[in-house]
Amino acid sequence: MPDGPGLELLRGEIDADLAGVVLDTSYAKERAVLIVDPARVRDVLSWLRDTPGQGYRFLSSLHVADYLPAEPRFGVHYEMLNRERVERLRVKAMLPAEGPEIDSVTDLFPTANFQEREAFDFFGIIFRGHPELTRILLPEDYVGWPQRRDFPIGGEPVTFTYSEERYG
Amino acid sequence: MLRGDLEGDDLEKYVEERVVTTTFEKMLNLARANSIFPLTFGLACCAIEAPISIVTARYDLARFGAEALRASPRQADLIILSGRVSIKMAPVVRRLYDQMLEPKWAISMGACSSSGGMFANYAVVQGADKFMPIDMHIPGCPPRPEAVMYGFNKLQRKIMGNPDQGWRRRYNALGTEEWARGGPASKPSHESTEAYELARELAVTEGPAGA
Repeated sequence: MPDGPGLELLRGEIDADLAGVVLDTSYAKERAVLIVDPARVRDVLSWLRDTPGQGYRFLSSLHVADYLPAEPRFGVHYEMLNRERVERLRVKAMLPAEGPEIDSVTDLFPTANFQEREAFDFFGIIFRGHPELTRILLPEDYVGWPQRRDFPIGGEPVTFTYSEERYG
Repeated sequence: MLRGDLEGDDLEKYVEERVVTTTFEKMLNLARANSIFPLTFGLACCAIEAPISIVTARYDLARFGAEALRASPRQADLIILSGRVSIKMAPVVRRLYDQMLEPKWAISMGACSSSGGMFANYAVVQGADKFMPIDMHIPGCPPRPEAVMYGFNKLQRKIMGNPDQGWRRRYNALGTEEWARGGPASKPSHESTEAYELARELAVTEGPAGA
């Protein structure tokens, strides 16, 4: 795992090839994060995969976090793994609350297929160019994106008549 | 005993001690209550208590005549909902229930299948009796095997005391009986046919609910 200075070096290397694609970096709790331009996330991932000496060939996880009420609101996280050096790197692309769309990386990493469908299923993120962007875990006719933070918590209000009478 | 061993009052007493008269219905319910075949079916963590634990030698559901767990709903009379029912599982559970032959019973075991339990969220049905009739709710998270057996005994008492649970009327399901079973009820009664026609008419004119 790249440490803080290693992350800055990596950022410099990426900047040399793909200028302006890394918007920010963060290093906290031994976790190196590259915050990148969502429009060019494919460039970054293929650079990390194919550049000699990098070798982040394995996308170990793709997931989404909702940072409501921050804007941009959604963070798409790509957890990259270098299996020779056992180094992990998180690439994060922030998407706006209205119409969150990002390019699919299914053709670069086949594992992204189901994980992007899951992200679509729960957060409503549109992955452009995905071969079959349909719901994967929820029923096909489900309405809504239940893992968004403004989704109602669901279930039913349980009315305890005892409490109602006693506390109003 | 051979003919002639007892005569007169002795014979009367002997017969009185050994013969019980009852109605056929009561005898039938006694037999039903004590020969239940539960379905081998587990939904979540409660399954460790219900179908797995209570049939072991320590708790031994065989004492109540229910040790024969059936692997097919077509052979089972009792379905124990052991765990939370997710919204994707609900149609499957309902289908299993529909496939069971009548008379059939259902136990909702634990907080989750009775009310959603701690899963008050988008994925879990808030109480299995939203989509199928439940005869007995057992509280607990999970219930102790003793509680499951107590619930089972209550179900037996219910079966013996109350043959017609009337769930079709409660759930507005008149007209869905399996007429193919044969016997005296093999033709729809006038009332059921009427309810069925009414339901069909409503479905045609109003469309599915919420449309």
